[in-house]
Amino acid sequence: MTDKQKNTSQRTQRNVPFGGGPRGMNYLEKSRDFKGTMKKLGAYLKPFYIQIIASAFFAVAASLLTVLGPWLLGLITSEISNAFIGTRPIGTIHLIGSLNFSLGTLALITIGVHFLGAFFNYIQAFLLIGMTQSLTYSMRRDLSSKLNKLPLKFYDDQSFGDVLGRVTNDVETINGTLTQSLSEIFRAVALLTFVITMMFILSPILAGVVLFMTLLSFLVARQFVKLSQGYFRKQAYSYGELNGHIEETYSGHSVVKVFNHQAKSFTEFDRINNDLYQSSVKSQFISGIMFPVQFFIGNLSYILVAAIGALLYLSDNPLITIQVGIILTFIQYTRQVNQPIQSIGNIANVLQSTAAASERIFELLGADEETAEREDLKTIANVKGHVVFKDVHFGYNKDVKVIKGFNAEIKPGQKVAIVGPTGAGKTTLVNLLMRFYEIDSGSIKIDGVDIRDMKRADLRSLFGMVLQDTWLFEGTIFENISYGSTNRQRDEVVAAAKSAQTHYFIEALPGTYDFILNENGTNISQGQRQLITISRAMLADRPMLILDEATSSVDTRTEFLIQEAMQRLMQDRTSFVIAHRLSTIKDADVIFVINEGNIVEQGNHEGLLKQNGFYSKLYYSQFEGN
Amino acid sequence: MKNIFRFLKPYRVGVIIVFVLVALRAVLDLLLPTLLNDMISKGLGISSTSVEPSIRMIWFIASIMIAVILISIIVTIVSGYLESKIAAGFALDLRKAVYQKIEQFSMREMDHFTTSSLITRTTNDIQQLQSYLNMLLRMIILQPILAIGAIAFSIAQQPTLSLVLTASVIALLIMLGIIFALTIPKFQIMQKLVDRLNLVTRENLSGLRVVRAYNTQEYQAQRIDEAALESKKLNIFVNRITGLMWPIMNLIMGATGIILAYLAAKYFIKFDGSPSFEPGELFALIQYAMRTIMSFMFLTMIFIMIPRARVSAIRIMEVLDMDVEIEDPIDPVPLLEKMKGEITFENVTFIYPNANAPVLSNISFTVKAGKTTAIIGSTGSGKSTLINLIPRFYEITEGSIAIDGIDIKTIAQNDLYSLLGYVPQKGILFSGTIRENILFSDSEDQSDENMIKAAEIAQAKNFIESLDDKYDYHIAQGGANVSGGQRQRFSIARAIAKNPLIYLFDDSFSALDYETDRNLRRMLNRHVTATKIIVAQRINTIRNADQIIVLDHGKMVGIGTHDELMNTCGVYQEIAKSQLSKEELA
Repeated sequence: MTDKQKNTSQRTQRNVPFGGGPRGMNYLEKSRDFKGTMKKLGAYLKPFYIQIIASAFFAVAASLLTVLGPWLLGLITSEISNAFIGTRPIGTIHLIGSLNFSLGTLALITIGVHFLGAFFNYIQAFLLIGMTQSLTYSMRRDLSSKLNKLPLKFYDDQSFGDVLGRVTNDVETINGTLTQSLSEIFRAVALLTFVITMMFILSPILAGVVLFMTLLSFLVARQFVKLSQGYFRKQAYSYGELNGHIEETYSGHSVVKVFNHQAKSFTEFDRINNDLYQSSVKSQFISGIMFPVQFFIGNLSYILVAAIGALLYLSDNPLITIQVGIILTFIQYTRQVNQPIQSIGNIANVLQSTAAASERIFELLGADEETAEREDLKTIANVKGHVVFKDVHFGYNKDVKVIKGFNAEIKPGQKVAIVGPTGAGKTTLVNLLMRFYEIDSGSIKIDGVDIRDMKRADLRSLFGMVLQDTWLFEGTIFENISYGSTNRQRDEVVAAAKSAQTHYFIEALPGTYDFILNENGTNISQGQRQLITISRAMLADRPMLILDEATSSVDTRTEFLIQEAMQRLMQDRTSFVIAHRLSTIKDADVIFVINEGNIVEQGNHEGLLKQNGFYSKLYYSQFEGN
Repeated sequence: MKNIFRFLKPYRVGVIIVFVLVALRAVLDLLLPTLLNDMISKGLGISSTSVEPSIRMIWFIASIMIAVILISIIVTIVSGYLESKIAAGFALDLRKAVYQKIEQFSMREMDHFTTSSLITRTTNDIQQLQSYLNMLLRMIILQPILAIGAIAFSIAQQPTLSLVLTASVIALLIMLGIIFALTIPKFQIMQKLVDRLNLVTRENLSGLRVVRAYNTQEYQAQRIDEAALESKKLNIFVNRITGLMWPIMNLIMGATGIILAYLAAKYFIKFDGSPSFEPGELFALIQYAMRTIMSFMFLTMIFIMIPRARVSAIRIMEVLDMDVEIEDPIDPVPLLEKMKGEITFENVTFIYPNANAPVLSNISFTVKAGKTTAIIGSTGSGKSTLINLIPRFYEITEGSIAIDGIDIKTIAQNDLYSLLGYVPQKGILFSGTIRENILFSDSEDQSDENMIKAAEIAQAKNFIESLDDKYDYHIAQGGANVSGGQRQRFSIARAIAKNPLIYLFDDSFSALDYETDRNLRRMLNRHVTATKIIVAQRINTIRNADQIIVLDHGKMVGIGTHDELMNTCGVYQEIAKSQLSKEELA
């Protein structure tokens, strides 16, 4: 594996075929351990238990009131009908027991019931919304701080896009689905219970009819969902294919053009497009008619209720007869029964998405962090920069040892050049010094203190670091330079920039030090980015230095400036330089020669040449070809 | 932007059928409450005209109702199928059109939109439109007809009472109006916050080492916290307000029913046996009232959908309506029988659109057939741009570029490409086998021998043959599963396999280590006799070129061999001096 493949990649690669494209609607993502994940989610919700219980209470109360509404209306309409038939004026309406009300009063009461029901419904959502947002907020904070606690080794096996997805998309998913799911569950279950109870109280026969039809509707819905899953999966897969193909073709547009590859590209595109069409038609159709079919069954239910209700009304049997207004009531109950059942079906899907997203988030949150710091850690008072490598063994994987028994001693202020062919493993030494990875055996000591006996933060604060991949963030130049140095004044920052040959171009920018860089600093040139990172290291003023000299994509003048700046940075500091310049190498006190991850030779320039080994071959190869 | 509807044209028959079917379904649905009324007055005998209850009547009306809903569901299924087909077909056509349009784009258009935006427009935006279309095809007819129909039927039952309905609808619309006025402006801000959260997370992920080296974990946490907190507050606000919608709607519906019943009983129904507004009619009226309120609710949903759909539609039309800068001439000049590969630049000037200063000015030189010309200069000197002008990726502002005396503007683009072997600065590979990548062009020689020879020259053969699958090894999207150096070598092999007349190397050797660079150039010199143009940073890469052109701030400041330039060209001397004293070992 090369250095590049070990580094955190910036590619938004997703390995899953349908990870790259927009998800097909209603695509059901299954979590691997539903129960386990839901338990964890439950635990995460612990601080909100009171809100959840209150919300449940309001949901139940609201459902009860919602169920009473149609019944009261039914009583009113029944009395109206009866009065009409009996050609008598409207009298009092009997509720239960000895409660009788006049029409007007009962009407007011009913409106009151509706109002209270709506109000409670709103309150329960109100509470849940607050809860979900607080939950999402904590999750975001926990996740983002977790990122900086996970060992770099963790990221080797993950794709950038995947980790990013967990912290952003998955949290968004939970944000969107949690309120909805919880809210619906309480309401749906409560409503269903009350409606069914009420129906049975009013007329067991009609209740039976309604329930039978509802069950039918439910089974039909389930069949539809099952049937559509296959199509949705295909659709999601096609979308992934489409996205991949398009990403490639657009990014490689110029190459596709010049190699007259358009015809081949288009053929592939056409195939994918048509596949997508096929699966899209089927999946949209099936999901599109699921509700109408359920609606049809609902209507059928409506008709049966009307017909059978009518028959019951006409019946002389006191056990089964009903008031005419109750027909209207049952018609409304039919709707009230279907709704929660549809909800529950929907919730099942939504919960799956929530679970899938939560699972991925918990995986991340549960990953092992860098080993906790011990209590008895040492610090170094006056850092001199004496570094000793003793019998160091290391491998990124258990099976492949990359550094085998390395020994070296670097005196304070010395310059160490690290050289080797591309991909040889030069950044490994950097990774070990900074304890981005831990060595397998042996020791690295700084001023006599084993680096494992130091707090990581303390160890890292000993080194100023300038890497080949410049890292800048969206913010002012001032913020970017003072990143990592606390409480620096403007003049300190300017002094550091001057030292690093950076001040002059900053002055030429609109806003100078307040000029805002965009993501990755792409609004200034690569060379300028490099200079800013050098200024950052300059300002941080650490006792030792780790530098990567690679400046291959920078023009000569800027390169010269960078070289100057680096020289100044390295003065009187123990420096580890991944060297690309002959002058650096010739000047170095020690040269580590790396090949295939291993340190194959060490010494100074003349000494190594005399050895006539790998270094000498590497060095002389530059003169051939003339 | 309404031009996007022209993509519906092929489906207009289907669309009309859908509209008719949906209208039919709406009307059928609206019949049910009236039939219920009939059942109650005629079947149950609750009517002022003395009618006896009749069980036969009940079943009769029930069977009519069943027939009605059966027709309705069949109609719905048929129209549903049509809707899916139309929406999917629309998306298919649109995608194809966008893809083909983008295929024609020159670099100016690609730069204008940015690759990631184009990807989103081709995938997300079209997908959004498809969903909206699917819904709109149905709703745009269904809901208005249901709403109007329900109102009409209500009025038919009892015109005065229907005024109550008007009041309810107005109340509903006011409520919705307030909710939308409060929340819709917030949507954009919410989106921006999501973008910001993504940005900060991406930055953190790409700078893991830096964060640890500088111990800025707290700072990073703070950055996220700011955005997350604001997002939380905004989300709570917006969601709590939109949460009012359904409860209030239900309240209005419920209250309307009661008020109608009360008013009917008090003022409209006569209880003395004389003909009047009947309970059956009241039942129907109540149902129509509720139906009306629901329909208005859905109608407003549609109005929310339309602007969103419009945003996607605009984005797509921007691509389709874009003027492509570079097109084939109407009467393209055919290539000569035997092309030699001589390139001439005459007074070429190039300015980027919206720039003040030219990137290149007055560039004139000739590259003789079969010779190697190198281009060197500092960053920003215009080297890459120069080489990009030869395949006509960009159109030059002044002057002309000719191959074998033929102005490239007069040749068909495909013909121009067939002459060129282009190797970009960053190795770009495509998912597929190594074979497919090397034999990427449409040239005639697609043989394995050709491929292997190309791989050998490009110093990639050893690596490939060390793999289990060798030339059938699968390259992942973007070439992610091979290193930068290997990608570069495959890119070079790809150009070699095409056997072009002219090679364009845009700083293609910088990702290679020195030894590979040297070997590769040696092999190229030995086996490839075509014209070569090399843009490079390293003097040693181009030292032996037949001709070196030195650029400085877009102007030619030197042209000649290495030795000549060392004697005459100041800029060249500067570059050479700074490099030869810091040659790269790694």
